[in-house]
Amino acid sequence: MTPPLLEIETLHTSFSTEAGIARAVDGVSFQLHAGETLGVVGESGCGKSVTALSILRLVRPPGRIEAGSAIRFEGTNLLALAERDMQHVRGNRIAMVFQEPMTALNPVFTVGDQIAEVARIHAGASRRSAAAKAVEMLALVGIPDPAQRATEYPHQLSGGMRQRVVIAMALVMNPALIIADEPTTALDVTIQAQILELLADLTRRLGTSVLLITHDLGVVAENCSRVIVMYAGEVVEESTTVELFAHAHHPYTEGLLGAMPRVGRGAERLATIPGTVPAPTAWPVGCRFRERCAFAWDRCAKDHPPLYQLGSGHQSRCHLAEEPNRRAHPHTPLAAASGVASA
Amino acid sequence: MRRYLVLRALQALGVVAFITTLSFMVVHLAPGDPIGSSLQGPNVTEAIRQHWRAEYGLDRPVSEQYVRWVRLVAHGDLGFSFSQRRPVRDVFADAIPRTLLLSGMALLLSFAFGIAVGVLQAEQPNGSRDRWLGRVLLLLYSVPDFWLALMVLLLFSLRLRLFPPGGLHDAVLYDYMTPPQQLLDSLKHLVLPVLTLTVLSSAVVARHQRGELVSVLSSDWMRTALAKGLSWRAAVRRHAFRNALLPTITIFFANIAVFASGSIFVEKVFSWPGMGYVTVTAVAARDYPLVTAGVLFMSVIVVTGALVADLVMAAADPRIRLR
Repeated sequence: MTPPLLEIETLHTSFSTEAGIARAVDGVSFQLHAGETLGVVGESGCGKSVTALSILRLVRPPGRIEAGSAIRFEGTNLLALAERDMQHVRGNRIAMVFQEPMTALNPVFTVGDQIAEVARIHAGASRRSAAAKAVEMLALVGIPDPAQRATEYPHQLSGGMRQRVVIAMALVMNPALIIADEPTTALDVTIQAQILELLADLTRRLGTSVLLITHDLGVVAENCSRVIVMYAGEVVEESTTVELFAHAHHPYTEGLLGAMPRVGRGAERLATIPGTVPAPTAWPVGCRFRERCAFAWDRCAKDHPPLYQLGSGHQSRCHLAEEPNRRAHPHTPLAAASGVASA
Repeated sequence: MRRYLVLRALQALGVVAFITTLSFMVVHLAPGDPIGSSLQGPNVTEAIRQHWRAEYGLDRPVSEQYVRWVRLVAHGDLGFSFSQRRPVRDVFADAIPRTLLLSGMALLLSFAFGIAVGVLQAEQPNGSRDRWLGRVLLLLYSVPDFWLALMVLLLFSLRLRLFPPGGLHDAVLYDYMTPPQQLLDSLKHLVLPVLTLTVLSSAVVARHQRGELVSVLSSDWMRTALAKGLSWRAAVRRHAFRNALLPTITIFFANIAVFASGSIFVEKVFSWPGMGYVTVTAVAARDYPLVTAGVLFMSVIVVTGALVADLVMAAADPRIRLR
């Protein structure tokens, strides 16, 4: 088997805050293979965006990636690279598509300039050939009249157009990996579908791998072959998309699936997960989802669950893997019973 | 855009008219007059003073004098300075270049210096360098200009004897110097006032620039720039700097106005006979024409500066340009 394109090993990224050290990403490991689109799902604050920024080493102080973490990309540990060599990776081998196209583009440069800049940095392109490349990229992402659009400023484009520009910018150097951090969250629903389709189509044609970060399981279902579910700075479940939707194992994943609106289920209220994510400055001992879980028992308060292997690449960080019969006796979660959200 | 320009110009005209009228009234209502303060010999009788007051129309009601002054100014005549005994125009012709020399140097230096310090601070916000520079700047920002000017004078001129205490050039020896020596002498006389002004206003510029940069550094497009593969410094210089510079442009032009009218205290302390010095001296001598013309000059410069700042801002920021 070929080595994975990207291999993350026990990534720890923490932020020193007034309240203490926030372990935003706390021992995350996963692999991404060439040509694959891997989904990373979780709610706000679960560490998925920080994971993405960590891969590109864009975590700014007071955040830092702790010793003992490893991010291997094309066989090189990115964390061991000199900053200068890392700059050669960013935008060139790994590109990023950000969440908010309104603010991801610099308002005082034309979109053409901003796309061309990538070619100028990495390919040493001349001003003229970089500008031509920018127009070519705009055409590639389906922007009509690209030569005209290249001379326009971000505020002159619609949200969907801007996100196409951001995608064009990411694809200039034909990178091996694109990290898309909630690429459609800020867009209208109809535009969301177009943008995702564009991204999927282009990356398939160019053979680019994608790390697709989202909180939307629907997006995962349509775009990803495999999924990682993150909760409280950890990977809590990993499996193929098909397997996840058919046999989710972790109660948190089940909760996420239950919270998804589905066609044909009538007007019933959507299920919610009671409580909130605990504070990253003080992760609880034992299972971090315990207080919100309907199956939690005393073991969950003591033992921090490892990622249990469930076979065929399916893993889950839940003691139910060892004691499946406890699933038969759900109870009211602690967080819902006490009526207080754990801070 | 044209409508905007016309409106702004009218507004500017109104401001100038208001300020000059107000200053004209205030100067004339204050006790004393130019004849009283300049004709004071033991042989000068009150009758002689009255004669000259009548001669210059100073015995007329203030309103009449005002109308006459406005008419003169409209014809481009700024009047005759009592204290200097020559046309105001000539006084200005001497004073304006001196002020421009002093202020121009201070303005350029303080922006170069202030922006550089702001960038140094913003490269690591809340790092130790930022905090120390911030404290120093806050101190300089709060120091009154006349006090700093006096301290600079005490230290560098009286104590260390490095630079002359004031004036344009050496009063005695200048005429006997060779041209290169004269140039050196003039530069030496410029150092302390330029230093004082630069220190004071670079504190303002640096604090401003740091604030703008820091607010811009955390923006999403800054992260995009880094994700493209730019180094932190290149991203700060290419992306953040340009965005943070827009507001600085505004204060640059606002400052041109302040500088062109001369720093009154600094010019006074260093006996630098520029616009600020001339105006202050004129006030003391109740030299009505010189005072009112000085105020007129300053208000026109300030208002024009603000107008130019707005226009430059519009030219630099595509988002404003379109509106």
